[in-house]
Amino acid sequence: MRVVVDFDLCESNAICMGIAPEIFEVRDDDFLYILNETPPEELRAKLEEAVQRCPKQAISIAEE
Amino acid sequence: MIGSVVIVGASLAGMNAAHTLRRDGFDGTITVIDADPNTPYDRPPLSKQVLAGVWDVDRIILPAAREDLGIDYRLGRRAMGLDRIDRFVRLDGGERIGYDGLVIATGAAARWLPGAPMLEGVHVLRTLDDCLVLREQLDEQPERVVVIGAGFIGAEVAAVCRGRGIEVTLLEAAAAPLERALGSEMGMVMAGLHRDHGVDLRLGVGVDGLEGTDRVAAVRLSDGSRIEASVVLVGIGVSPNTGWVEGSGLNVDNGIVTDETLAAAPGVVAAGDIARWPSARYGELLRVEHWETAIQMGEAAARRLLADHDETEPVTFDPVPWFWSDQYDVKIQLAGRSGAGDDVEVVIGTTDERRFVALYGRAGRVVGVLGMNRPRHVMQLRSLLTEPTEWAEGLARARKLA
Repeated sequence: MRVVVDFDLCESNAICMGIAPEIFEVRDDDFLYILNETPPEELRAKLEEAVQRCPKQAISIAEE
Repeated sequence: MIGSVVIVGASLAGMNAAHTLRRDGFDGTITVIDADPNTPYDRPPLSKQVLAGVWDVDRIILPAAREDLGIDYRLGRRAMGLDRIDRFVRLDGGERIGYDGLVIATGAAARWLPGAPMLEGVHVLRTLDDCLVLREQLDEQPERVVVIGAGFIGAEVAAVCRGRGIEVTLLEAAAAPLERALGSEMGMVMAGLHRDHGVDLRLGVGVDGLEGTDRVAAVRLSDGSRIEASVVLVGIGVSPNTGWVEGSGLNVDNGIVTDETLAAAPGVVAAGDIARWPSARYGELLRVEHWETAIQMGEAAARRLLADHDETEPVTFDPVPWFWSDQYDVKIQLAGRSGAGDDVEVVIGTTDERRFVALYGRAGRVVGVLGMNRPRHVMQLRSLLTEPTEWAEGLARARKLA
């Protein structure tokens, strides 16, 4: 699976970072960075939670 | 075993309950009932991007409503009553919908100004239809909008009006805007933000009445002054929509009172703005109107029903509340629960630049983390709230991040 963030929607609320700090990081410049674009399967539950909880619906999962 | 779940309220909480039921493998029937005829939508943008006219309505449809969850929708239908003996919800028109499991997520309704006449031009903002009617009025570029109540809805609407170049008077009975959520000191930081953007903010003043015959013409204040306006927004809070369950034997007291697992009665759970649950973390019954809490409660309430179904141990619901607000170019985030009389200390940045983090403390413990344009630090410092943290230690840990 691959993490997809629509950066036109992202507002750096940092919810995703709270849920999955292994994947998401909002840095000092207040921009979101994806630390691991293809996270291992064991992070799927966390990633799905981040998708659900993003206030801007900016995160999705691409299966490939 | 439960074969059918009825969810009353196609709200964020209700739709997340539906999503969770399916995700966790529930394959019975799900019926979702809501008096609002619109496709289930997200509310925060109603006082922000949709009202500002920068987002189309399509964009706020809830993710769960875009999925094929096999839901039998009854939108535009109002739940009128609940029979817990025979387990059915009665709709307007008399139709009965039976259930094995019931999710009550009917939310809350905007409060109307007590004693105020129903004049044209006077609005509340809670539903999509409310938003679209108000937006039409703002599109006409009125000379002045009066906003009654400087809570989050009022403050956000004031900010949207200024963004549209409309003059705004923002009225608040308390000594500071957002005082109930942020306390007076941080409330006054918000006062400065609004005044710098040209809002005529009046604090410590009540509303005596509205003037006008068909359409509102002016607002009369308790200090004897009078403000002419053709558009008025009433933003003085909400009341939980509990009327339809009265007489059902559920415990109704400023919401539906549940146990610590969100169960209100056997086979009945409540979630979202309407639910009031005993929080061990805060030692009181909480009714929280936050967006994230509604998501969490929808999930937890669905799992509570499934716990009966699967005969597993129900899980206690006790999160740290969190919310955000966008006003002008400032993102405000508060984790935890602050109140009047808490200690407040800025630990990162300064209030002057409106880019800072402040901690709230009570009885020697950290109880809240407030950020303005500091989302990263607010998220990092949520950990001071998930485990009890001494005030001095919290300050030290927060300052290390600066």
